[in-house]
Amino acid sequence: MGKVLLGRYIPGSSLVHRMDSRSKLILSFFFIVIIFLANNWESYLLLFIVTITSILTARVNFSFFIKGVRPLIWLILFTVLLQIFFSSGGTVFWKWGPFTLSYYGIVNGIYVFCRFVLIIFMSTLLTLTTAPLEIADALEKLMMPLKRIKVPVYEISLMLSIALRFVPTLMDETTKIMNAQRSRGVNFGEGNIMQQIKAVVPLLVPLFVSSFNRAEDLATAMEARGYHGGEGRTKYRVHYWEIRDTLGCTFFVVVFIILLFIRQW
Amino acid sequence: MVDMIEIKNLSFKYSQQDGQTFNDFNLKIKQGEWLAIIGHNGSGKSTLARLIDGLLAPSEGAIFIDGIKLTPENVWDVRSKIGMVFQNPDNQFVGANVEEDVAFGLENAAVSREQMLVRVKESLQRVNMWEFASHEPARLSGGQKQRVALAGVIALRPKIIILDEATSMLDPEGRKAVLDIIRELNHKEKLTVISITHDIDEASKAQRVVVLDDGKLIQDDKPEKVFSRGSDLVKIGLEPPFSEKLKGELESLGLVVPEDYLTEEGMINWLWELFSRQ
Ligand SMILES: Nc1ncnc2c1ncn2[C@@H]1O[C@H](COP(=O)(O)OP(=O)(O)O)[C@@H](O)[C@H]1O
Ligand SMILES: [Mg+2]
Repeated sequence: MGKVLLGRYIPGSSLVHRMDSRSKLILSFFFIVIIFLANNWESYLLLFIVTITSILTARVNFSFFIKGVRPLIWLILFTVLLQIFFSSGGTVFWKWGPFTLSYYGIVNGIYVFCRFVLIIFMSTLLTLTTAPLEIADALEKLMMPLKRIKVPVYEISLMLSIALRFVPTLMDETTKIMNAQRSRGVNFGEGNIMQQIKAVVPLLVPLFVSSFNRAEDLATAMEARGYHGGEGRTKYRVHYWEIRDTLGCTFFVVVFIILLFIRQW
Repeated sequence: MVDMIEIKNLSFKYSQQDGQTFNDFNLKIKQGEWLAIIGHNGSGKSTLARLIDGLLAPSEGAIFIDGIKLTPENVWDVRSKIGMVFQNPDNQFVGANVEEDVAFGLENAAVSREQMLVRVKESLQRVNMWEFASHEPARLSGGQKQRVALAGVIALRPKIIILDEATSMLDPEGRKAVLDIIRELNHKEKLTVISITHDIDEASKAQRVVVLDDGKLIQDDKPEKVFSRGSDLVKIGLEPPFSEKLKGELESLGLVVPEDYLTEEGMINWLWELFSRQ
């Protein structure tokens, strides 16, 4: 479970790894938005070239990206099939009740597939090259304007980083409790749905109890160490916006402008 | 010497509980003193520590830290003179890695980043954990985590360190490493140390031992005097030390043993002498 959620970060020293988490986060969002502007093969080709270039620059094994697509494959196929059989236009090859197989349907299906792949590749690239904590930091920085409307930005980001810090601890604990229950004859991942749910209860209850105890201990420890709200704290962890971040952003803006030219209006 | 901590006519009661945890409790702790607090589970040791740190407020009486009376207004200032290390190494590790955890208290105190870098390194070197600066807690042993917690305390340059069963979840090696650091702080920097413990070795390092029983101070003496209570020790929440157990056994064999508490080394010397006399 940890592997799926957070263990995906692969430390490295590539240009993409060294970029500031803020610029990476902004650029990923930006890219996902402009994907929706693509509407012909030239524009999709451009976006694929950009994605492949980014992946090559990050020097991460391509298999990680394929793994990123795999859990979503049914959702993708379902959406693609919907597009293929329910949109019409152009030459109709085949028709049966509400289903039509048309030229446009097939083209749209392919586009939707490309969109999914692009989005998954780009967001996988973000999580592969950026430590979860850095993403939390970037979120804090980008949420700063929300402080004006009284959103507790510091607190949210501290919560996020503490949650991230405790993931391995709670994982360990889960394994321990599972082993303890196994030794009492509980089978996990066996039997029908009801039996599986029943097996999970004796796992969740102790886990909850211990999490609350931990939270109470942690709150006391934090108070003893002088924590009294996010306001007025200084920061040990700092991030610097470097030339490479400006360059990265410029690159994506150029891509955006080219996209505007080659897309179909 | 001046009193670092003075507790005067303290009364305290948890709102969820019926009885008073403390009733008219008095205690003075001198500057640079190492005081051990012992007592069975639920005797009020942790509550006392929290009262001293201002994490709980007394219902009656007063607590003076370094001559200043603790009030809700000055609690943050007073607390900055006190560093606390708790029992569970995992549940007090706030940072994502070692150096960030040490920095947490400094961030709270709004210390500038340049200062932080200096102090984090300094304190991690003091506890021999600098080479682990970038390690996440999952990659550390319990003893190492407690040393990091100590570094976090040292970085804030307190006058008082309170250990609330801080070594009870550690193996003997980890325990020794933590106590060696504490001893150095107590000797060299004249830090006042309060160690709450069930461990006889830890308590015997103190200059003075206070025994609590249901919120009452039932003994306040030198470690040797307290430990010579022998079998009584179990009742007050301590394992009798190995040398005391041995003494009991020897006594039952008809040997005449010294009244006072002997450290293991003292025991060895005494046995040597006994042998050479025969
Ligand atoms: N948060 C709390 N709320 C209510 N009662 C508490 C709380 N913490 C401790 N107590 C009670 O106060 C008494 C003293 O507890 P404590 O100070 O933790 O003892 P010790 O640390 O010596 O084991 C016990 O009876 C305990 O049940
Ligand atoms: Mg306690």
